[in-house]
Amino acid sequence: MANNNAPLLEMRNIKKAFFGNQVLTDINLSLAEGEVLGLCGENGAGKSTLMKILFGMDVIRDTGGYEGDILINGEKVTFNTPFDALAAGIGMVHQEFSLIPGFTATENILLNREPKKKNVISEVFGDRLDTLNYHVMTERAEAAIDKMGFRIDKDMVISEMPVGHKQFTEIARELSKDQLKILILDEPTAVLTEKEAEALLASIRSMSEKGIAVIFITHRLHEILAVCDRVVVMRDGYVVSDEPAAETTVNEISSRMVGRAVETTAKSDIRDKSDAKTIMSIKRLWVDMPGEIVRDVSLDIKEGEILGIGGLAGQGKLGIPNGIMGLYEAGGSVEFDGAKIPLNSPRKCLDASLAFVSEDRRGVGLLLDETLEWNVAFPAMQVQNKFLKNYLGGFVKWRDEKSIREVTERYIDELAIKCTGSKQKAKELSGGNQQKVCLAKAFALEPKFLFVSEPTRGIDVGAKSLVLEALRKFNRESGVTVVMISSELEELRSICDRIAIISGGKVAGILPASKPSEEFGMLMVSMVK
Amino acid sequence: MNETLDKTNMTLRDRLKAFVDAFGLPRLIIAAFLLMLYIAAPIVGAGFWMQISNTINRFSWNAVMVLAMVPMIHSGCGLNFGLPLGIISGLLGATLSIELGFTGPLSFLMAILIATPFAIVLGALYGWLLNKIKGGEMMIATYVGFSSVSFMCMMWLLLPYHSPTMVWGFSGKGLRTTISLEGFYDKVLANFLQINIGSLSIPTGTLLFFAVLAFGMWAFLHTKTGTAMTAVGSNPTFAKAAGVNVDKMRMLSVVLSTWLAAIGILVYEQGFGFIQLYMAPFYMALPAVSAILIGGASVNKASIANVIIGTFLFQGIVTMTPTVMNNMIHMDMSEVIRVVASQGMILYALTRKTEATK
Ligand SMILES: Nc1ncnc2c1ncn2[C@@H]1O[C@H](COP(=O)(O)OP(=O)(O)OP(=O)(O)O)[C@@H](O)[C@H]1O
Ligand SMILES: [Mg+2]
Repeated sequence: MANNNAPLLEMRNIKKAFFGNQVLTDINLSLAEGEVLGLCGENGAGKSTLMKILFGMDVIRDTGGYEGDILINGEKVTFNTPFDALAAGIGMVHQEFSLIPGFTATENILLNREPKKKNVISEVFGDRLDTLNYHVMTERAEAAIDKMGFRIDKDMVISEMPVGHKQFTEIARELSKDQLKILILDEPTAVLTEKEAEALLASIRSMSEKGIAVIFITHRLHEILAVCDRVVVMRDGYVVSDEPAAETTVNEISSRMVGRAVETTAKSDIRDKSDAKTIMSIKRLWVDMPGEIVRDVSLDIKEGEILGIGGLAGQGKLGIPNGIMGLYEAGGSVEFDGAKIPLNSPRKCLDASLAFVSEDRRGVGLLLDETLEWNVAFPAMQVQNKFLKNYLGGFVKWRDEKSIREVTERYIDELAIKCTGSKQKAKELSGGNQQKVCLAKAFALEPKFLFVSEPTRGIDVGAKSLVLEALRKFNRESGVTVVMISSELEELRSICDRIAIISGGKVAGILPASKPSEEFGMLMVSMVK
Repeated sequence: MNETLDKTNMTLRDRLKAFVDAFGLPRLIIAAFLLMLYIAAPIVGAGFWMQISNTINRFSWNAVMVLAMVPMIHSGCGLNFGLPLGIISGLLGATLSIELGFTGPLSFLMAILIATPFAIVLGALYGWLLNKIKGGEMMIATYVGFSSVSFMCMMWLLLPYHSPTMVWGFSGKGLRTTISLEGFYDKVLANFLQINIGSLSIPTGTLLFFAVLAFGMWAFLHTKTGTAMTAVGSNPTFAKAAGVNVDKMRMLSVVLSTWLAAIGILVYEQGFGFIQLYMAPFYMALPAVSAILIGGASVNKASIANVIIGTFLFQGIVTMTPTVMNNMIHMDMSEVIRVVASQGMILYALTRKTEATK
């Protein structure tokens, strides 16, 4: 029997380098049963990497393994695959989703661990041909959802779900594992609205009461204080502090994260643009985006304003930009700068000088296998013939590597993108830095009108004010009209002039950003379907 | 900037490891094996320079067909198992050029000119089909290759060809299975600036011809359109959101690939000296696919270097193994060994398919 005084989990002197780039140095960490540990740090500080090591992920081994020891109950363990980690009672919800889109929540929750029934065929040919016992599956999924304490529809197909519910499905999947002792949550609240995030925090508390230890990574620092027993702050691959949550404050944590004091975004100078001309007029828009259906939206957007679009997850706020920009089937009419924009044609929108930063950075936003240079320069190159050299009277349009590198380096500086250089592959960046690349891509288009969807998802406090500031600057100095879609009301209120709340696929109301949050809250639930 | 700094700090072992990682262990092993064969050749009594010439020759015949894999890989259509379709366009060009009475180098030029419209039309149809069933490209490609070969087996018999050099002697109609190119374009490229030193002979013209096409491909991938094609292969949704017409790019890549295959078979024929009809095109796809995989390409990334290295290694092993083995055991088993070596390489190559990040 293992030593009973030993902590449940101990990580000793963990080191990790990617191709000579040291990202973790001498990390020491311990975790007791039922303890909730908050892990925070800037984008690229190494949080996800540390968790990937603990979970035995393939990337770690493929990139040369790690140094240091992991001990569970005082015994040294080595996890070569996530299956080893699972067997040892570790569960992980990744920063990026790992669900099968065509399956229901129940099927995803119990994937590969489905309760099975023997049948005639499987008696002969072995257990691979057992029939799934749907009855028991439903029960177990129910139990996991109950344990989590947030209702999701267990029969809903993943691809139809709003993002928030996908996140909860992942958590339920981990909770349905009986042997679960340690649950790693890598930025689970990034995709959630405030209400949902609160529900998640509540379920973290109830897990901890049941003796499950939780490692909770988030950039929303107040969540850490609300739910964690202990806070570990990382910076540039080092642990810079490790202390009880009760003895620290949000400001203290954030200044430790970035190594200097962080000024929280100043309340914006809200402007009244009602006299400005209408630059975009949306009439009776519908969009068939699974999980974010837009039913009937009419909206006038004024030139030069920053309009926020908020609302609960699944109510259709994300469908609006995705529909207008031609990524999902849409109908209705959209007029921009006096001319009709044909729907269902991304090219026409881009030609009209519209740009869009998608909330789905891995699916839509990035060329993961290509360099940052390509990611940043590609749309501008294709749409506006920028970064090209013309030969033979324009017949040959040659990539201008030098100007591509320059523009990329400029945005790496401006947005403080953490990378080894402009030639690094996008997939090698940390989540938050990938988000910044998506923004750089849109900025490089120098549009007249910009849709940004969840621009600060997964971005650390320092970078958040940087990104919001960049958007504001973009709006004030270049006169770009910005429409920002976000689940975080406070973020919208800090930068927008007006905020439209979408509920049930329709506009529930538009208020100046100066109105108190309660009024927005009322609108959010007004027409929920 | 960090990169240069790290390089200087690396130990010799790290550097060696980086080299192996970059070049790929399997390729190093194959290259080492090939080197061994070259060393063994003179020992078992097969002339060293002759073997070198052999490999270079084989390389020059096949390289264009391997190059034909590149565009479809870049656009994400995967490995072109439908290569026979392009080969058939080339064969139509070759036979029609002879039928119309062209001879000598002109017959080669005409074969290319006549093959081109066939390649474009057939390629466009093939591309249209591949756009209909995204996701299952390689399976459909295989069917297309197979059925086009079967269809043409009938057509070669039925089409009204009359040229006495090509039709069956006794019946006066229907094309023969192999047609000699003597007097037409046999070795037209190879003989251009050919270098002969002792038993070493280098088909400079053929190599130059390949170099021109390879340069063209390389240049194309550096243009706006080439960049868009690569992006479509890397992430079609990203490309769509950036205003690229994804279907059009895929179609273009398929047409390019089909056309290169047509040119590729003509180059092969001029080196080999014969036109092979009926089932022959069918056996061309797998070696080309294998060569590019061995060269280090993945299902959606391929470079000109992959083409050159892959063709050289694949053809090297396939020509050298039988010669060396034959000389060693003094028995003519070359055909058997050739088949074993080439099928072995194909099998190995197909297990090496790697996918992109999703
Ligand atoms: N596969 C990889 N190859 C090379 N470098 C990598 C790879 N994965 C991560 N890195 C680097 O390791 C560092 C730490 O990344 P990690 O994902 O752990 O950050 P993080 O703390 O989770 O940040 P975020 O809050 O943005 O998610 C980053 O600089 C990143 O570029
Ligand atoms: Mg992370």
